[in-house]
Amino acid sequence: MNSLKKIFNGIWTNNPVLVVLLGFCPTLAVSTTVNNAVGMAFAATFVLISSNIVISSIRKFVPNKMRIPVFIIVIATFVTIVDLVVYGYFPKLHKSLGVFIPLIVVNCIVFGRAEAFASKNNVFDSFLDGLGMGIGFLLTISVLAAIREVIGNGTFWGVKLFGESYSPAIVAILPPGAFLTIGLMLGGMNFVNIKNKEREKMKQKLEKEKLKIQKEVK
Amino acid sequence: MLKLLIIAIDSMLISNIVLMRFLGICPYIGVSKKQETAAGMGFAVIFVMVMATLISYLLQIYVLNPLKLEYLQTIVFIFVIAALVQIVEITMKKIAPALFEALGIYLPLITTNCTILGVAILNIQKNYNLIETIVFSLSTGIGYFIAIYLFAGIREKLEWADIPEPFKGPAIGIITAGLMSLAFFGFTGLVKM
Repeated sequence: MNSLKKIFNGIWTNNPVLVVLLGFCPTLAVSTTVNNAVGMAFAATFVLISSNIVISSIRKFVPNKMRIPVFIIVIATFVTIVDLVVYGYFPKLHKSLGVFIPLIVVNCIVFGRAEAFASKNNVFDSFLDGLGMGIGFLLTISVLAAIREVIGNGTFWGVKLFGESYSPAIVAILPPGAFLTIGLMLGGMNFVNIKNKEREKMKQKLEKEKLKIQKEVK
Repeated sequence: MLKLLIIAIDSMLISNIVLMRFLGICPYIGVSKKQETAAGMGFAVIFVMVMATLISYLLQIYVLNPLKLEYLQTIVFIFVIAALVQIVEITMKKIAPALFEALGIYLPLITTNCTILGVAILNIQKNYNLIETIVFSLSTGIGYFIAIYLFAGIREKLEWADIPEPFKGPAIGIITAGLMSLAFFGFTGLVKM
């Protein structure tokens, strides 16, 4: 139950992109097609989980002052591994992700989790944290990419959805579309959160009144 | 000469680093609430970007390529940038305290700014020579400055606007950035690469 909570933390409550506002660059840049977005998310998740595991297992030997360079080396090593693997097995994906694979090194999500979570918690929790954050990143970037690809290109994962007569609104896959779509997503998420809070307040109010009435009746 | 001009205009306006290439968005949203701080951040980025790109270029040409260590590019570059920022910070404190006061607080932020590493890597991928490297990094930095300074100006005005509750804060900022990006899109086709 507790571990489920930790994973959910990364998906909604502390969603790395939409709530903590980290890792915007790759999110916006590679979300032109769902295919690219999922590839990027898996690459980043692999780096997140493995660097979280390694960092939390060496956290007791690393002197506090040396921790940032050590973290950077660990993260950069995994990023290089991902870079070479993707280059070797998925050359097409490597071409379309371009500079954003090496840039996972400076992705604030990875570094932020290493610093804020993995350096203070045990290996298993850090693994779960990395997994949750990775899933949160995957979901956000896939939803964004799906919206952009369907509107801007009329396709989903390269499959045509509409007939010949559909003329796509290209602006969605161009850079401005990325900003506009994620801005609207952020607003939507805030809207849901605000509504939830209001509902909870109403519930508490109702319960208080209920208690009052019960007291009066007694 | 013409090629240098084309590189400059292209990296400043047409493929603007923030609005078209999506690099350095975190500080772009984070440090753009006031025009003053935005200008400070912009200058610091220009300064570090030119130095970091230059040094990583020399490292790539004279160290990594001859030793066939290209696969270490990511690790080496990020380390060089982190070390460089530290050195710049210390020297600036000694030599130019006034400048340090203006830019000092932004320097550590820049280490994790993906523009610097991104431009260093892009520069290698584009196979620029030494002069082109300097022009490319300088004009990209200026492009960053233009984008963040204009954005901060708009955000100062936004403070007084009546924004729907869910869109307050970063959401409206990002949508504004989208509209700016749309405006910058008008530069496409200004020069042919």
